[in-house]
Amino acid sequence: MPVIEISNLHKRYGETVAVSDVSFTVDSGEIFGILGPNGAGKTTTVELLSGLRRRDGGTVRVLGKDPDHDGAALRELVGVQLQESELPERIRVWEALELYSSFYRDPADWRELLDVLGLSARHNARFGTLSGGQKQRLSIALALVGNPRVAVLDELTTGLDPAARRETWALIESVRNRGVTVLLVTHFMDEAERLCDRIAVIDAGRTVAVDTPAALIAKVRAERGLDRATLEDAYLALTGHEIGV
Amino acid sequence: MTTAVARLTIVESKLFLRDTTSVVMGVAFPAVLLLLLGFAIPGFRDATDDLDGLRPIDIYVPIVLAMAICTTSVSVLPTYLATYRERGVLRRLATTPVGPVRLLGAQLAVNGVATLVAVGLAVAVGTVAFGVDLPRQAAGFLIALVLGTAAMFAVGLLIAAVAPRAKTATGVGMLVYFPMLFFAGVWTPGPVMPDGLRRISDFTPLGAASQAMQDSWSGTSPSALHLVVMVGYLLVAGALAARLFRWE
Repeated sequence: MPVIEISNLHKRYGETVAVSDVSFTVDSGEIFGILGPNGAGKTTTVELLSGLRRRDGGTVRVLGKDPDHDGAALRELVGVQLQESELPERIRVWEALELYSSFYRDPADWRELLDVLGLSARHNARFGTLSGGQKQRLSIALALVGNPRVAVLDELTTGLDPAARRETWALIESVRNRGVTVLLVTHFMDEAERLCDRIAVIDAGRTVAVDTPAALIAKVRAERGLDRATLEDAYLALTGHEIGV
Repeated sequence: MTTAVARLTIVESKLFLRDTTSVVMGVAFPAVLLLLLGFAIPGFRDATDDLDGLRPIDIYVPIVLAMAICTTSVSVLPTYLATYRERGVLRRLATTPVGPVRLLGAQLAVNGVATLVAVGLAVAVGTVAFGVDLPRQAAGFLIALVLGTAAMFAVGLLIAAVAPRAKTATGVGMLVYFPMLFFAGVWTPGPVMPDGLRRISDFTPLGAASQAMQDSWSGTSPSALHLVVMVGYLLVAGALAARLFRWE
């Protein structure tokens, strides 16, 4: 059953077209990736399906609901971790979790989340004193504290060191194992290849491909005769770049 | 949802109390200033004919209260809100069932209470340390205090609405802060204020609040002009802030 259905999504800011024509469907229990260069419209797409902005055209259904009309109901069911959204410097980890859990009708046990995300030792630390990886883990915890059916995670691992990135990957898999459908926005190929069941490649506001990482790679391998093609090759081919060797 | 609002207000209160600058400048400073003026400046506790037989300290209590209102409203509040917007705190809340409006409400409540505590401390210092009488027109004083605070908070919200960044909000807040204090009579208290200056002061929100509190202190009802000016700022600045405020 599809959890997210987006077709012909369109969004303008004045004269600028941020999203021209994006379509994809995310099935229940998937880790679905949105991949694309900077400015391709990834974040706008995520904002439109989270109900943060209103679309100018196309249809969006998340869990069967339209974010433009049923935003309030969806905010109970969709946990969102946005790029560049922080917490006040002086808030303590446990305070943030307790606060956010009070926002939802049927919240998860935030103490357990603290444990699962490896933040127990820092539960009393102020947000401003956390490392980049710890901030991201807290941010994931806040996206999960409402017991969502869908988690939208935008540029989760940007700015993290390799060890912290790997930890975050393991976390995302454990989130899916809890039965949550994950929509992951990224511009890291290895991340998309490793984690995502399927990927939508977005370029200049359009979906240029939706498929499994393996199928995307197989396609570029066949078309370009590259035996050792990677997801990055597929991505570059799809977004109209020459593949240098 | 009531628990969420309560939690939000509790957390915002804790954050305010952890911010030493806000606590010192917003809550304690008016009372401390009164102590300094009364004990450190010669003649502040002596009645003088220039002030119609009152002591300077008597005149300064309502002025210091105006300062208390000014600090939380245009210095603390806009900086907090603009910082929350810049850091994406408001955006993050917009993705939850609670939404960012309630955080705004919690901030107003916390700063409102902080202002009242600052006012309470300053009045207590005036009464206990210097024997200043309580306002003779208690009702008029409370109306002036509440309306003046509301009008200035609307100005603070407007600053938060138009400032693109936290640093701008702090800067604009300071640009508004000192002229407001000037027109409230911090440097030219009560009867000492020249008439021309008073004409302008009548039409500033803090000047109107300061004079209305001064009047009710000495037993006169706040003038209709001052009440209208305060209500006017509340409505106009409040409406503009609501119109211009951006969550991100």
